[in-house]
Amino acid sequence: MYNLISIELYKIFKKWRTYIGFIVIAVLIPVIQIAMLMEGQRSINFMMRNLQQSFLFVGNLLNSYFVSYLVLNSLAIHIPFLIALVAGDLLAGEATAGTYRILITRPVSRFSIATAKFTAGIIYTFLLILWLAIVSLGLGTLIFGTGELLNYSNGSIIILAKNDVLWRFMLAYLFAVLSMGVVTSLAFLFSSLVENAIGPIISTMAIIIIFMIVSAINISLFQSIKPYLFTNYMDTWRAFFDNPIDVHTILKSVLILLAHIAVFYSAALIIFKRKDILT
Amino acid sequence: MSDEKIIEIENLSKQFRDIKAVDHLNLNVYRGDVFGFLGPNGAGKSTTIRMMTSLIAPTEGAIRIFGTQLNEKRNDILKKIGAIVEKPDFYGYISAFKNLEMLGKISGGKISSKRIMEVLELVGLEKRYNSKVKTFSHGMKQRLGIAQALLHDPELIILDEPTTGLDPQGMKEIRDLIIYLSNEKNKTIFLSSHILYEVELVANRMIIINKGSAKVEGRVEDLLNSNKLKVTVEVDDSEKAKTILNNTSWIDKLESEVNGKFSFLLRQEEISGLNKYLVQNDVAVKAVIPTRSLEEYFLNITNKES
Repeated sequence: MYNLISIELYKIFKKWRTYIGFIVIAVLIPVIQIAMLMEGQRSINFMMRNLQQSFLFVGNLLNSYFVSYLVLNSLAIHIPFLIALVAGDLLAGEATAGTYRILITRPVSRFSIATAKFTAGIIYTFLLILWLAIVSLGLGTLIFGTGELLNYSNGSIIILAKNDVLWRFMLAYLFAVLSMGVVTSLAFLFSSLVENAIGPIISTMAIIIIFMIVSAINISLFQSIKPYLFTNYMDTWRAFFDNPIDVHTILKSVLILLAHIAVFYSAALIIFKRKDILT
Repeated sequence: MSDEKIIEIENLSKQFRDIKAVDHLNLNVYRGDVFGFLGPNGAGKSTTIRMMTSLIAPTEGAIRIFGTQLNEKRNDILKKIGAIVEKPDFYGYISAFKNLEMLGKISGGKISSKRIMEVLELVGLEKRYNSKVKTFSHGMKQRLGIAQALLHDPELIILDEPTTGLDPQGMKEIRDLIIYLSNEKNKTIFLSSHILYEVELVANRMIIINKGSAKVEGRVEDLLNSNKLKVTVEVDDSEKAKTILNNTSWIDKLESEVNGKFSFLLRQEEISGLNKYLVQNDVAVKAVIPTRSLEEYFLNITNKES
């Protein structure tokens, strides 16, 4: 299995499309950070406009934590797309290239091939989120320095102490890996169904966008569906910045997301094992 | 050749919705055979090979390779098989060497760099070992396909149209390689082709399939000799020849007559008799042109069906 996973990772990182995600993050995040450097203080003043009449705020509120928190909030669509770009290609890419024939005629079970590919996809997802964390927090710290985190949650403003933030970010990024793992497994499932990588990418994004729209519209019918949509649990990372942290909500989301990963991966496995390779 | 069956296919069928690609096919390949698997395009050759290499599942029937059911011990069997299935596709963005190295890692044994270079040399690609496969011509990819099939030194080599896209020199090299693998390395070779000539040159046994089912199976030598030849006879006076032939049993063997050229379906030993008869009746025979029997046989079978 180790051999297979290392081969799959080698193949992933030999394709230029893999680096699109890393390049986009390397370009987009600094652009956001520069924009925040120029106009971020205005945003903070807007958030604090009522409190500033009664309280005096001292210290560096426009810091890397604040900017990284905003970045994490704003990438709900972009990161899934970057992940679907690679995960959607994992199986369908072999069909398109015709390389299934040299792969499946080897003495390796289809279960092993699919599992190695899926594992490589999850590792890619982890590395992409890690890169997001490094650029976001690392570069942000160089530009802005650190400080207290100003956070708006459930109608109230929470200010987290400087030394109380980093571990929350670590857990939030780990949770993001889990959320994006659902995207990986969904794209992987679609990838097992077709023989062209474009289909899985578009289908994955279409589902995420539709689910997000349904979740956002405040109609009773949509609100009753909302608990059954996995996208509803993907932004639970925000709970790590609440005070106190709602552990129950986080655990529930973790279990639901893990269940989705298991279902999508198992379905992909069954389809792939039964698939006639005709390309 | 031995009596040990390497491949046993029994009542193999594959149905794709309303198309029966393979229809109750039976065949046996023995150790040491170079087995020609012949049929026109769309006859079901590649579908059969895909089932033999577990790329697709049969609808019905059984495949035993090395005496074991393929669906029961798939991995054990595939360890001993090297195959090219249809056109050779590789990871174009990776070098030839790296492609083989990756495939070697999952071929059921340790494949050394030396072995990779050996097989690349065998197919004449040793100088391009470090080039990305996307820069290769079709012929080079075909050779690389053969290299990957030989990589783990398999006992059984399945080659699906291995000379497709090669120039005449390349085709000859592949035929020579097949003969070398059979004679010097004692490999059993299953060679699929729609080119009869190719099979005639290298195979000792063969099967002709059409529309998914077997039409004839046996030793190439026997099939060549047991069948009638199509013989074209050119004479100086076709009207006279026609009159003379009308009174004999030769007319039953006449297939066609175009511009003084008569085509007969004859056994080898009947040719001289026909020639003698025409000459004795004052018909000058300008030419007697036999067509290779197996080719005619193949075309007869496949044309009749289509």
